[in-house]
Amino acid sequence: MSFDRTKEKLKILADAAKYDVSCSSSGSNRKNKNKGLGDSTGMGICHTYTEDGRCVSLLKILLTNYCIFDCAYCVTRKSNDIKRAAFTVQEVVDLTINFYRRNYIEGLFLSSGIFKNADYTMERLVRVAKKLRTEENFNGYIHLKSIPGASDELMAEAGLWADRLSVNIEIPSKKGLKLLAPDKNFDDFIKPMKKVKNEIIQYKGERKLIKSTPTYAPAGQSTQMIVGATGESDFQVMKTADYFYKQFSMKRVYYSGYVSISTDSRLPQLGTAVPMLRENRLYQTDWLMRFYGFDVDELLNKNTPFLDLEVDPKLSWALRNPQYFPIDVNKASKTELARIPGVGLKSVHKILQARRFKKLTMEHLKSIGVALNRARYFMLTATRTYNDLELNPSTVRARILSNSTSKFRNQTTNQLSLFTS
Amino acid sequence: MITLKYDGTFEGLLCSVFYAFGRRQDEFHIQRNNQTQSSLFGQEIGISTETEKATRVLNGLKKTAGNNGISLLYRSFLSEQPKIEDNILHAVKSIYDKGARSIKDHTDPQILRLYQTVKMVNREKHRMEAFVRFRLTKDDVYFSSIEPDFDVLPLIKKHFHSRYADQRWLIYDMKRDYGIYYDLKNVETMQMNFGEDFDATKTSEHIFALEEIAFQDLWKEYFSSTNIASRKNSPLHIRHVPKRYWKYLSEKQPA
Repeated sequence: MSFDRTKEKLKILADAAKYDVSCSSSGSNRKNKNKGLGDSTGMGICHTYTEDGRCVSLLKILLTNYCIFDCAYCVTRKSNDIKRAAFTVQEVVDLTINFYRRNYIEGLFLSSGIFKNADYTMERLVRVAKKLRTEENFNGYIHLKSIPGASDELMAEAGLWADRLSVNIEIPSKKGLKLLAPDKNFDDFIKPMKKVKNEIIQYKGERKLIKSTPTYAPAGQSTQMIVGATGESDFQVMKTADYFYKQFSMKRVYYSGYVSISTDSRLPQLGTAVPMLRENRLYQTDWLMRFYGFDVDELLNKNTPFLDLEVDPKLSWALRNPQYFPIDVNKASKTELARIPGVGLKSVHKILQARRFKKLTMEHLKSIGVALNRARYFMLTATRTYNDLELNPSTVRARILSNSTSKFRNQTTNQLSLFTS
Repeated sequence: MITLKYDGTFEGLLCSVFYAFGRRQDEFHIQRNNQTQSSLFGQEIGISTETEKATRVLNGLKKTAGNNGISLLYRSFLSEQPKIEDNILHAVKSIYDKGARSIKDHTDPQILRLYQTVKMVNREKHRMEAFVRFRLTKDDVYFSSIEPDFDVLPLIKKHFHSRYADQRWLIYDMKRDYGIYYDLKNVETMQMNFGEDFDATKTSEHIFALEEIAFQDLWKEYFSSTNIASRKNSPLHIRHVPKRYWKYLSEKQPA
C-alpha cells in the first residue's frame, strides 16, 4: 500500500470518527483459533490515551466520510465543506492487522458516512469484518456500526463476524431528531437494534441445543447519545437510556458531551464549552443504575429533572433521602452498603470480608479505601454512634463541600448559573 | 532476631519460609542476598535453594490456601518491595495458625499490605499488556523493550502467548536484563547480549524492517488525529500514561 496516501486518509477518517466515544473492547469471548492472530477473551485494554485523556483501545475510523445525510450535529454532514476520503476494504484490513501485530490496538471500530444508500454502506462494513475473520484468521475485537435502515439480511450477517454492533441514536428525543436530522427517521434506528436483539436471543437458544452454533455479536450492542446539543433534561436522557437497557438489553449506553462544530443556529454556538461535568454525572448515574441497584426514578424525576453538578448523584440522593440513614456497616446488607455515599463496590466487598473478623472502626474503613469525607455522615461503625452524627442534610452538604476541593470546582460555578438564570 | 538471606527467587523465598517454620520460637526477617541494609545486631543465615523443600511448602499452601492464596503471595513477591518477605512470612504463619480464611482479614495491617501490593503489581501487569509496542526486526521477530516497575514478565507471558500465536516475538525487560521469547511453539525465558551501542529507544534501519518506520508513522498520525483538542486534559492524560513509560511508546517518539 502507498503509505503517504493511506496516511492522508487516516488523518481525515480518524478525525471524523473521533466523536464516537465507545472504545470498549471487553465482554467478548472469541478465542485464538488454529494458531491465528489475536484473542478477545479477557478484559478490555486501553493501549494508550489521547491528550484529552480518552482511552485508545480500537482503531476507530470511518470507511468513508462521504455522506448523503445532512444532520446538523454531525461533522461529516453533506453541507459541511471538508475534505472527503474513502478507504478501500483492503486498506482497512491491512491497517488493522499491522496495528494489531504491534500491540497498538485491541481491534477495529468501523463506522461510516452513508454513501448511495444504507445497504450499500452496510455491505462494505460487513465485507471488511468478514475478510478479517476468514482470510486473516483474526480473532481480535471488531465493533461495527449498524447503518440505520440497513436490511435484516445484512444485520443477520454482520453479527456473525463482529463482536459488537451499535447504532447511535445521538438525539435523546424524537422532537430533537426532527429538528436536527430531518431526513432521518426514528424507526430506522430502532429497526436494526431490534434485529440484533432478536438474533442474539435466537443464537443463544440454538447454542443450548447445538454446541457448534456460531456466536452472534458476543459483546452485545450499544448506543450513544449526544448531550447538550438539544434541550433535553438529564431526566429525559436517563429515561431514554433506561429504555434502551431494558428493551434492547444494551450492554452500554454512552453519553457524549456535544463539541460545537457548526454555526447552525439550531445548535450551541462555536466555542461553547463541552459539558464535560454533566457528561461525568450522567455516567455516574448510569453506573448507579447498572451496578448499585438504583432505579432511574430514585435518582432523577419530575421534581429533580437535572443532576446536581456540585455533588455526585449518590450523595445527592442520600441528602434527599435521610430516612435511609445512618447505615451500620457492621450489620447492613450488601445492597444497603452500596448506597452509602463514598463507598464503592470494591469497598463493599472488602467490608463484607473484613467484618467477619472484627467490628469495623473508622480507621479500618479508611485503610480499606472508603472515601470518609462523604461516608462519615451516613454510617455507624464500632466507634461511631448515633450521637456522633450530624443529621441535618443541608449542614452535611455544606460541610462536605467546604472540606473537599473538586477538580470541577471552576466549572460548577459556571454551569450552575445556566440553570438558575 | 535472625535475618535469612535468599537468592531472590520465589523458590528461595519458600525455602526461607521452610527454615523459619522449623524454628518457630525465634523471630525471623527474610531478605534478598543483594540487599545490604542488614541490621548491626543479630545474626545472618544464608539459605540455599532446594527445589524439593520449596515444592513441599508450595503443595502445603496449595492444600490450605488454594491458588488464590498462592497468587497473593507470589504476586507480592514479584513486587520486589522492601520487607515484603516479612509480610509474606506473616501471612504463611497465619494460614497455618488460624486457617486459610485469615488471609482475607483486611484489618490485619500486614495482610492489607499484601493486598495493596498485589493491586499495584496487577496494575503494572495490565499496563504492560497495554504498553508493549512491538517493532518488526529484519529477522522477522516482533521486538519490544520495557522497563516495568515490578517483575511482571512471568505474569504477562500467558496473555501474549494466547494472543500472538502466529508471529515470533520477544519482550525484553531492560531493567532486569531478561526477556521472554516465543518461537512459534513455546515461550522461553532468555538473556540477550545487545552490544555497547544498542539504544532500545531508537528504531534503527540496520535492525528493524523497512516498513516498520512507516507503520509507526501511521500510528502516530492516528494518535494525533483521534484526539479532540477542545477537550484537552493533560493531567488526566499523564495519569493514565505516566511519563516514565513514554520512552518505549511509539506514539510518544519525536518525529
